[in-house]
Amino acid sequence: MTQRLSFLFIFIVIASVLCAGPGFAATESAPAAQGHADPHASAAPAVPASPEAPTSAAPWWIWPLALFIVTFILGILAVLGGVGGGVLFVPIVGGFFPFNIDFVRGAGLLVALAGALAAGPGLLKRNLASIRLALPVALIASSAAIVGAMIGLALKPNVVNTLLGATILFIVAIMAIAKKSDFPHVEQPDKLSQALGIMGIYREESIGKDVEWNVHKTPTGLALFVVIGVMAGMFGLGAGWANVPVLNLLMGAPLKISVATSKFLLSITDTSAAWVYLNQGAVLPMIVVPSLVGIMLGSIIGVKILAKAKPKAIKWMVIGLLLFAGLRSLLKGLGIWK
Amino acid sequence: MASEKTKASEEQIAYANVLNIGMWFGLALLVITFFVYISGVLPSYVPINDLPKYWTMRVHDFNVALNAPTGWGWASFVGKGDYLNFIGIAILSGLTILCYLVILPILARKKDRAYVVIAIAEVLVLSLAASGLLKVGGH
Repeated sequence: MTQRLSFLFIFIVIASVLCAGPGFAATESAPAAQGHADPHASAAPAVPASPEAPTSAAPWWIWPLALFIVTFILGILAVLGGVGGGVLFVPIVGGFFPFNIDFVRGAGLLVALAGALAAGPGLLKRNLASIRLALPVALIASSAAIVGAMIGLALKPNVVNTLLGATILFIVAIMAIAKKSDFPHVEQPDKLSQALGIMGIYREESIGKDVEWNVHKTPTGLALFVVIGVMAGMFGLGAGWANVPVLNLLMGAPLKISVATSKFLLSITDTSAAWVYLNQGAVLPMIVVPSLVGIMLGSIIGVKILAKAKPKAIKWMVIGLLLFAGLRSLLKGLGIWK
Repeated sequence: MASEKTKASEEQIAYANVLNIGMWFGLALLVITFFVYISGVLPSYVPINDLPKYWTMRVHDFNVALNAPTGWGWASFVGKGDYLNFIGIAILSGLTILCYLVILPILARKKDRAYVVIAIAEVLVLSLAASGLLKVGGH
């Protein structure tokens, strides 16, 4: 029954994104953006819309409505599949909606940021997200995310789509093969983590014990967060898919601490990149707000379904969805599937 | 039930409290201003009906075509329905800086020098990102 329900979800989301793309609006060749929408713009030269970017013939309200529905479903799937909303949002909305990838990435960062901000207080108060682990990592990742955002906004859309598609396919591989460790063994904390006091103790309710933890290989972990930060900023993705394996498998933080700290970390990493997008004008409220509300409401419903759902089946469905979205983005970037 | 050992630190609780209030405030404001925007109570900088003509453009072209403000230029247009939404977005995006500023005195009181330096550096990094000084080249 649950499995059928899950398949229904995946069917709805795929149907929604497919309809949202070519189906909702009969697209037409983009007419030059003639004149200006605002008197303030009277001095600016008219810039024709890119020929590769068709203009929608549908009324404007179709798009926020479609975004709300799709992101609501993505919010449910994100919780059930254990991924952040941003990683589903950017390839799916970028691949199947008419918005330029610049605005999609700006919205993706804000969607991931809002989710992280909402989860942060509870995780910090329950001592699952560790501020001692997060702060040094966040400094590296948020600095790198600024660089990533600047690179991403300077690249051409086809390059961004190609790289995004390749990244999503890489994420699919990580999700499919990466193992997780509830309580990794840390033989000897490294000198840097000792100097910074990166350690903690939390109550593990599942075994009814207090668990002490510390980390090792901190310099390598921090170096990897440079790459993670750049990718988060460049593609507007939340980076939970990369944060958790590094914190858990490489640095040896317990899984719960890794997941919670990763979520909290996104609130800092995505903040820096979001500002770059915001300052460049790559944030459209008409895309951001319906997406943000949709994904948050979907997450709330997702948490309720989670108790009854079969996580393994859903994980594979999310992987399938990401595979589909990643291929779409890759082929769009390469000009094979426009 | 958290024991004394498993309790979150003072700075962690302080951070969480500010984050919680700011997040709900920013989110509520964003939703309210969005309804103001789509209801048409305030005029929009880019008329809503025309928006689909522009959102397919690259951001640089969008800015040129509409003479749209960049950096903090949006603040001059908060009387327009679309840019009114930027108040909530800026609050959500700026909240982390505020959280860091709140925990700084706690870290300083605890003489946690390394984390004081890290927190100051983070505030500087985020402030630089927020400042609008970083420019991305056109296309």
